[in-house]
Amino acid sequence: MATDITAYEEMIKGLWRDNPVFVQVLGMCPMLAVTNSAINAVVMGVATFFVLVGSSFLVSSFKKWIPRQVRISLYIIIIATFVTVVDYTLLALLPAIHKELGAFIPLIVANCMILGRQEAFASKHSVKYAVMDAVGMAGGFMIALFALGAVREILGVGAFFGIDLFGANFEPWVIMILPPGGFLTLGLLLLFFNWITERRKQFLDKVAAAERVSANG
Amino acid sequence: MNNVLTQEPQKTEEPGSRRLIASMAIAGFISGIIIIAIYLLTFDTIKENKARELREAVFKVLPDVADMKKLHFTENKLVVVNADGMDDEMIFAGYDKQGKFIGYAIQGKGPGFQDTIHVLFGFLVSNSNITGMEILDSRETPGLGDKIFKDMDFVGEFINLPMMTDIKAVKKGTKSKDNEIDAITGATISSKAVVKIINKAFNKWSPRISKGQQ
Repeated sequence: MATDITAYEEMIKGLWRDNPVFVQVLGMCPMLAVTNSAINAVVMGVATFFVLVGSSFLVSSFKKWIPRQVRISLYIIIIATFVTVVDYTLLALLPAIHKELGAFIPLIVANCMILGRQEAFASKHSVKYAVMDAVGMAGGFMIALFALGAVREILGVGAFFGIDLFGANFEPWVIMILPPGGFLTLGLLLLFFNWITERRKQFLDKVAAAERVSANG
Repeated sequence: MNNVLTQEPQKTEEPGSRRLIASMAIAGFISGIIIIAIYLLTFDTIKENKARELREAVFKVLPDVADMKKLHFTENKLVVVNADGMDDEMIFAGYDKQGKFIGYAIQGKGPGFQDTIHVLFGFLVSNSNITGMEILDSRETPGLGDKIFKDMDFVGEFINLPMMTDIKAVKKGTKSKDNEIDAITGATISSKAVVKIINKAFNKWSPRISKGQQ
């Protein structure tokens, strides 16, 4: 039972406390490049999810047989294989979306978040924890991509998942779907995220102080 | 003593280079097999998707088309081919339900704002009109350059466009002649690229087509 709680914690930490984008600020290339619409962000998130969970599983299963000296190359081989599988599957099943994401699918290989999880976590923990960690991290990455994609699509196109929101009178903020809009949105989201974390910390400090006072009194 | 202790665990774990090479080779081999498998598994679907996309595009740019034939330009004449896929020396002839020839769907490629734009347009030989335009492939900026296929006003300008002389892209709202096209605001380069690609492809193919007619 106790192990189940920590496995759950490994998963949950990636979603919020150690969110790969908002806290670790990793994987910025796909983050900024493909988040100009919500659907692109979601598909990129799903692709990354599959690659990260798959490679974490394999790396953790084979960690005993992976020599330390060539571990990075082996991780890259594993990750690249999964990415190729995703690439061809998308091309066969969702050709329209593959057209939009095109160049960025192969770039998942170079997503430092994925390699980082292999090196920092999967290669040191058992399969169960590694997979839980990967699910959490990929989930957190997906949430972040979606948040960015949704904001940029709503402001930059005036639509959400391609559905028009504001009617013809809305003048889209074209800059939001261009690269500067990605940086602007990411900056504001990071600010928002840190503000919440800070507020929460202050609140917890206050509660602790109040408790100390009442214990003393 | 201390020194020895810190060095020892590393020394015992040092595998020979043969083992390193072997593990890389095995991983590479397995990865290769998986990639070949997924390539073979998806190959047919991908090919079908591409062929269907092309058919749909030809049917879209030529009105009332019920059947199409692929024509390849080899040794100075147009030859009907049945091969899959396509290359730059290929155009498509459209026929209506009675099997009567309607017109050609001509493809052209050229540099856009980001990457190569691949255009397909319908051409009626009888009145020398362009009957429609479709972007087969492009990497233009989402939200700006991609309006060359998302902005229906722009796409609509290529329907029944007389192709006597080269067409020209002009600033939006300043169109005054038949051979002028209103460019898209914010996507001038992409609009001009499309026009340029069509001109180039037309000038390349019109002598070939007239030769094929004789």
